[in-house]
Amino acid sequence: MADLSINFAGIHSPNPFWLASAPPTNSGAQIHRAFEAGWGGAVWKTIGAPVLNVSNRYGAWHYGNQKMLAINNVELISDRPIEVNLREIKEVKRAWPDRAVIVSAMVESKPEAWHDVIKRIQDTGADGIELNYGCPHGMSERGMGAAVGQVPEYCEQITRWVMDVAKIPVIVKLTPNISDIVMPARAAVAAGANALSLINTLNSIIGVDLDRLEITPNIGGRGGHGGYAGPAVKPIALNMLAALGRDSIVSSSGLPISGMGGISTWRDAAEFLLLGARGLQVCTAVMHYGFRIIEDLCDGLSNWMDEKGFTTIPDVVARSLHHVSDFKDFDLSFRAVARIDQNKCIRCDLCYVACNDTAHQCIDLVDKNGKLVPPSAYDLRSNGRVEAVSTRPTVVVRELDCVGCRLCYNVCPVENCIEMVELPPAKPSITWDQLSKQQPAVTEDWQQMERYRHKMGIRIH
Amino acid sequence: MNISAEVSLNDLSPASSGLRELLPPLTEHEAITESARCLMCYDAPCTHACPTHIDIPKFIKKIHTGNLRGSARAIFESNLLGATCARVCPVQELCEGACVLGSERKPIAIGRLQRYAMDHSYSRKLEFFRPAPPTGKKIAVIGAGPAGLSCAGELAKLGHSVTLFERRDLPGGLSTYGIITLREPVEVALMEVAMIQKLGVHLETAKDAGTTPTVEELRQNFDSIFLSVGLGNTPQLGIPGEEYILDGLQYIEGSKLHPSRLRVGSNVIVIGAGNTAIDCATIARRLGAERVTMIYRRTENEMTAYPHEYDFVKREGVAFWFLAQPVKVHHNNGKVTSLECVRIELGDPDATGRPAPHPVPDSNMLLPADQIVKAIGQHRPSIAVLLSLQTEKGFIGVNNGFETSAPGIFAGGDCIRARGSASTVMAVQDGKLAARAIHQRLVNHG
Repeated sequence: MADLSINFAGIHSPNPFWLASAPPTNSGAQIHRAFEAGWGGAVWKTIGAPVLNVSNRYGAWHYGNQKMLAINNVELISDRPIEVNLREIKEVKRAWPDRAVIVSAMVESKPEAWHDVIKRIQDTGADGIELNYGCPHGMSERGMGAAVGQVPEYCEQITRWVMDVAKIPVIVKLTPNISDIVMPARAAVAAGANALSLINTLNSIIGVDLDRLEITPNIGGRGGHGGYAGPAVKPIALNMLAALGRDSIVSSSGLPISGMGGISTWRDAAEFLLLGARGLQVCTAVMHYGFRIIEDLCDGLSNWMDEKGFTTIPDVVARSLHHVSDFKDFDLSFRAVARIDQNKCIRCDLCYVACNDTAHQCIDLVDKNGKLVPPSAYDLRSNGRVEAVSTRPTVVVRELDCVGCRLCYNVCPVENCIEMVELPPAKPSITWDQLSKQQPAVTEDWQQMERYRHKMGIRIH
Repeated sequence: MNISAEVSLNDLSPASSGLRELLPPLTEHEAITESARCLMCYDAPCTHACPTHIDIPKFIKKIHTGNLRGSARAIFESNLLGATCARVCPVQELCEGACVLGSERKPIAIGRLQRYAMDHSYSRKLEFFRPAPPTGKKIAVIGAGPAGLSCAGELAKLGHSVTLFERRDLPGGLSTYGIITLREPVEVALMEVAMIQKLGVHLETAKDAGTTPTVEELRQNFDSIFLSVGLGNTPQLGIPGEEYILDGLQYIEGSKLHPSRLRVGSNVIVIGAGNTAIDCATIARRLGAERVTMIYRRTENEMTAYPHEYDFVKREGVAFWFLAQPVKVHHNNGKVTSLECVRIELGDPDATGRPAPHPVPDSNMLLPADQIVKAIGQHRPSIAVLLSLQTEKGFIGVNNGFETSAPGIFAGGDCIRARGSASTVMAVQDGKLAARAIHQRLVNHG
């Protein structure tokens, strides 16, 4: 059995899964139940300045039969009085000494306000503090949340105020609504923060009501951008996580990162760990299915670690980070082609139409006699299951023409039916970076490029 | 005539709930989730398998996007009788049987999705087609079953003046009289007829073409004729006491149009093992027969019923006696008491390609019964003789363009089905293709 416990910037937790600061951590009663279900920690819903909320605050993005591929919200920070929150934080921590209780905070951008809230949090016995520099709606209009996270200088200044009085670990939570995630992260490092977390939610408008022509969700005839989260944002979060891990200043600081953004299953969790997260936070999946999902998050992660021979979470952390690379360092001689397993193929022809209409026209329809046939090549009198199935052509990749774009692989609905087969390189390994240094003319002039291609036998069609 | 005004739906609804349409309509949620499962195959095999080649992924994806009007139109473009076909098509042998998800997963419920789109269209009385400018050509369509309705509708869309003659009091052919309510209520068939009429088709019911109007009148008054007369009566078994045996098609008709008057026995024997025989057995069971036995002289390997129908009727609690052939009906005081059968041994293949049944001497047995129904096929169309048309195995012979041996006279549907199994959807396709051929002929010949 793998050991799932973590020590995140000095905060101990029996497993890496914390509830993110959000509606699931709105009250002591909820967190109590979450801990009973097995959650390793919880980041209390942000406390701070007084707020009032609105109805219809959650929108959702559904796709096909998948409900809530993403959620968006205009809910503000905790709308319960700060005294109530602080009292419940104290009670929860006392009841659950082995779990991580972190308190998210956001107050006006004044040193006194920050000093005050940090001290009051510390008085509860909480294990750590998370600075909410990410909330993209409402609070940002009042100069808080993302309004701070989007300006590295503010980010650094406020973190310094916090660090002046902080006696417990401080985590700076970053907003993804920024052109380069590294900048605010470096600011947090410079200010002496103890850890980072990312990503907060993305600015988004869920949609427009086609009957009323109003924004969805509809808040009294109005609607606006809300924070976008859930499975759909996971790839964005993974990229930002890797960007921090690859930044020399952030990585050499040694600050641990708590990764979040669309983690729904143990598989997602493992990917975040592999790209450098030392702890994990979850929100949307819990809002969809409840606290009970912690069971498979832990069980699945543990079984996978056992299978792979990992005994502790630090064994897993950042294992895949060195595989992340820039385009300029990709091997241009790498070749792969699509190969279709005819025994698994169900003849939906989605690969054919995707390749033919939108990629490189290298999948053919071939009849029983090996003859190329166009689509719909049957007589109008032909019908019935037997004829339709028995005369259906097969889809065959012309490997010589296949550029290995992987579109067919992606659209194929059958598991392991299309494989991207790696071919031995036909030319010496070279990257764009090397090429532009060795033969700069080739990378700057089309005629030179054509000559180079001809010489190397690179066919484009 | 305005069909819906003359036929009150209440009169037609079977008194017994046992004969209500078997499958409920899909709910909105079911339709949306089921349509989302469709992979949207390119050049989809379901479309190939459909005799009318409805663009199935197209209409299904339109259901998923909430474009139900567009979905219904996509169906109507290939098949004007989409509401009937959605209910009565043997989808296991056609579209759903060819679904790529069928091999290891569950095929898409194409028939029920089609019904969902059709129900939407009919419940809102949507209209999709306006007839082209009048061509001045007049066409007589004989028989208002699926082939005739399809042909008449397609011709009307092209701007031709179409008169549809129907021998019976109600139009719709087998959809009205011969498909059990479990699969298609009468209302659906009549709605489709009303839609065809709206396209400009002039319907004349209770007109036995050949008598009134006469063949001569037809030839004189119309530029072209399409025969969609279906098949004739059930043939005779030629056994003593046959007059006590009920006709299967009439049995079904009674269950649809006069269910309260239909008398069902408690121990019913159905002779035959085709799809009509199965329908008769189903009705008997559902209307209260304690015991229903189907008798067939060959075995389940040779029976013409679709495998899914056979499975269905077994689950209805119907028993089967194979390798038995009726030889005499026993009766007492005008009431059936039993059916005498002889055992059969199967020999070498006969003209139909199936093993020939040979009666076993001295193997007679008595099967008690208080009602006997026969469904052993139908006579070939008699109009072929009337019009001196060339025939093929007794069916009306046509060329590739559905034209008979008499120039200008076309035919389609069950009356030409010398090969393959007769079905509504094949009849619809015949009507559609024949309409194109007739149009071509009339346009080309000025």
